[in-house]
Amino acid sequence: METLNYRYEQGTRRLKTDPQVVGVVGSGNLEVLIEPAALNGACTIEITTAAVGFGPIWQAVMNDFHARWLLADTRISINDMGATPAVVSLRLDQAVQTMAGDVS
Amino acid sequence: MTVAAWNTLQLNRAARLKRAGAALGTDLTGKSLPAARIADLLHAVIECGDRVCLEGNNQKQADFLGHALAHLNPERVNDLHMLQSVLALPEHLDVFERGVASKLDFSFSGPQAARVARLASAGKLNIGAIHTYLELFSRYFIDLPPRVCLIAAEAADRHGNLYTGPNTEDTPAIVEATAFKQGIVIVQVNRIVDSVPRVDVPGDWVNFVVQSPRPYYIEPLFTRDPAQISEIQVLMAMMAIKGIYAEYGVQRLNHGIGFDTAAIELLLPTYAESLGLRGKIGKHWALNPHPALIPAIEAGFVQSVHSFGSELGMEDYIHARPDVFAIGPDGTMRSNRAMCQAAGHYACDMFIGSTLQIDLQGNSSTATAGRISGFGGASNMGADARGRRHASPAWLKAGQQAREGRNTIPRGQKLVVQMVETFREHMQPAFVERLDAWELMEQAKMAIPPVMIYGDDVTHILTEEGIANLLLCRTDEEREQAIRGVAGYTPVGLGRDARMVENLRDRGIIQRAEDLGIDKRMATRDLLAARNMKDLVRASGGLYQPPKRFRNW
Amino acid sequence: MNPAVNPAVNPIRSASYQEATARERLQQLFDPGSFEEFLPPYKRVISPHLGQLNAPVAFDDGVAVGRASLGGVPVYTAAQEGGFMGGAVGEVHGAKLVGLLRRAAADKARAVVLLVESGGVRLHEANAGLIAVSEVMRALLDARAAGVPVIVLVGGSNGAFGGMGIVSRCANVVVMSEEGRLAMSGPEVIETANGVEEFDSRDRALVWRSTGGKHRYLMGDCQRIVADDMAAFRTAAQEAVAQYASEPAELSLEALETEQRMLDERIASFGALPDPVDIWTAMQIPDAANVPMLEVDSFIAAAAARRMGA
Repeated sequence: METLNYRYEQGTRRLKTDPQVVGVVGSGNLEVLIEPAALNGACTIEITTAAVGFGPIWQAVMNDFHARWLLADTRISINDMGATPAVVSLRLDQAVQTMAGDVS
Repeated sequence: MTVAAWNTLQLNRAARLKRAGAALGTDLTGKSLPAARIADLLHAVIECGDRVCLEGNNQKQADFLGHALAHLNPERVNDLHMLQSVLALPEHLDVFERGVASKLDFSFSGPQAARVARLASAGKLNIGAIHTYLELFSRYFIDLPPRVCLIAAEAADRHGNLYTGPNTEDTPAIVEATAFKQGIVIVQVNRIVDSVPRVDVPGDWVNFVVQSPRPYYIEPLFTRDPAQISEIQVLMAMMAIKGIYAEYGVQRLNHGIGFDTAAIELLLPTYAESLGLRGKIGKHWALNPHPALIPAIEAGFVQSVHSFGSELGMEDYIHARPDVFAIGPDGTMRSNRAMCQAAGHYACDMFIGSTLQIDLQGNSSTATAGRISGFGGASNMGADARGRRHASPAWLKAGQQAREGRNTIPRGQKLVVQMVETFREHMQPAFVERLDAWELMEQAKMAIPPVMIYGDDVTHILTEEGIANLLLCRTDEEREQAIRGVAGYTPVGLGRDARMVENLRDRGIIQRAEDLGIDKRMATRDLLAARNMKDLVRASGGLYQPPKRFRNW
Repeated sequence: MNPAVNPAVNPIRSASYQEATARERLQQLFDPGSFEEFLPPYKRVISPHLGQLNAPVAFDDGVAVGRASLGGVPVYTAAQEGGFMGGAVGEVHGAKLVGLLRRAAADKARAVVLLVESGGVRLHEANAGLIAVSEVMRALLDARAAGVPVIVLVGGSNGAFGGMGIVSRCANVVVMSEEGRLAMSGPEVIETANGVEEFDSRDRALVWRSTGGKHRYLMGDCQRIVADDMAAFRTAAQEAVAQYASEPAELSLEALETEQRMLDERIASFGALPDPVDIWTAMQIPDAANVPMLEVDSFIAAAAARRMGA
């Protein structure tokens, strides 16, 4: 298992609801927990993954995710079991969209 | 003065038949011999160094004859040159392992690919060449005529007239090439009857008939369980339908085998219907009659299907849909691989299929080190048909896009779409700087790297990241960046020139799902017209009978 | 309208229970928005063992527990996520189920509805997993003794096996789809122990014939069979809850003895028969070999006069 951490500043969107979780920790899949957090405006993403050694790819995927949504004061936690970047991006977007109506 | 002999083939054939008669004696009644005497027949009619064509087809296997051939005495029969569409069964390689055969010309070897590579490098199997099916059949008539062919049929009558039924496949091409070069035609049949339902091969062309102890083996090669289709494949199927099928108005097409294309078929009655596309796309198909097409047929999208072979379990459904399938006067289907490959080449406006690797020029290959598998029909289907002259809207539009702004005479072009997820299993990237085919070329000492579809024939590359339209690219650099632009987070994708890719997107050369107006949230398995095998059975009104391995009931 | 759910476009369409995740089942089975979770994922009550084994964890350890409303009736509920470790029960997962059942008993809940999908004990957690499952059995029976009926739904692709198969049979009512499976030993285990001639675990039709909803319904191991459809499961759950509004939930000695007589009769009548089709023939189900192809309504009609445990 490998744990990766990312932190992004300059976000603007804050989520006002209860934490949400999407996805399942099954083969080729992942679960994404998204929650509001007091982080001085930052968005943090922690990934625990069974697929070791793909740091640069995770970095690129997270960079693009942040550029898409610009979340602030949000904590994202991921348990991953070998999902491809396509599935990762899909779940991340699904996680944000489940709170679409509550995004400031 | 010596007189040249011009009938050596006839004389040689007569000698073989005489030897067979002597060897079989009273066990040979007309053309028929008992299964137990097959080895004696083969020892008698086959000579060392012969070109022998065995029906290892994509689905149908003359397994009784293939097994017998593989177990001949290599001291009596050896150095055979095998001509075979597909190496599917272990005995197809045993025949080399045991020294009965030494040379091979073929098209596809999927399940046996690793063993082919091992035997080749051990020097027991000398590969003449890998071909696409139509190319191999063509050589049977020019420089590779079979001396003996071993084929499979449903039934024979007492004269040797054969009924090959829905699984006719490669048989007509093989038999014609053999019979009309004085070769010997040997057939295994499931049953011998007084009268066949229709004559697929005239008895005059057939020399020996043996009823095999078990019916010939058929592989349900094209059946795909919808339960295994993923959300990503649904998304890609939506992009294919909206971004390509609808855009070009594709009415005549071939789907390469796979879950990606099965997803497209299962989205026709739902997603394509919601876009108002019934009647505008997907009318005429060169395709095996596989069950994933059932909902689209029932929904009225599919008008006609011509097939390379049949598909196990579909017999009753096909029988009940004679307007759609290639049904003969006797009421049953006939498939024909040679004609269907020709149809896919000249009479279809689009080929779409999957692959394992694509390089920066768009060359596509499934070749990997350690496995010599060939490509089957894909190379033929995925090639622009330069001899074609009749126009269709899709063909003209593709040709026009390719030639716009260039000083060339107008012509059409076939749409050739390669559909692949950016990452395969174990996070293997599908996009690479250098195809594994180069490595295989060195390993197997081939003249050129084995490429399935060449980049200059590929018109579109479709991934979960979007569609790259290579027709609109005008330079090698644009082409490379268009490919990088849909290669996602693979090293090839991450190596893109971001500004160029943005520009290509502005010009519509790269289209993302959003650009096509597709909401990714709709890409769920709920959009599939059938989500499992039972749904397919229901869609067929109970007529489809899935083979055992696909059923849990 | 989403073409997937437009019946004019796609008449086969219905929400599949089998394909849904545990959380999707909770959202769609109960009254919309009524599910209130105890120990939600953000509390991160995760397995203490899996990390040490270098295995991935889930924030809810593979089970969501809480309260919801079913046709206006408040019930307690748990849904196992078959996608995570096959729904297998580890220490935390089991403790959540036990806690839910104890809370339901203490609160004198109208009912507990368990959405079971599990291979049984999570072997990774060894004794902790075994103990957890046995505690679940005890807690379920305690809930029943406190007057809380327990209804189990079995319709996921992993079925209800091992200890969770036993747990399911401790419930008042088991509702299954034909796609669901209910058993103790898994098919591979039976084949390994008794040989492939006895039971070929790769013969999927045999596996479902033996352990699937239809056979279980005929044998009296489940009381209701429904189509693989969220609405059908919902209705069956509602009816079961309503049934126990006026019936005692507790396991009585009389019920136990009736059950044991049924089991004796099963062995005596069918013990020597090699295949479920032979059993169905012996039960005089018409056209027994065709039972797997029947749609649910036709099957229920054919089974009506003949099934056990009715």
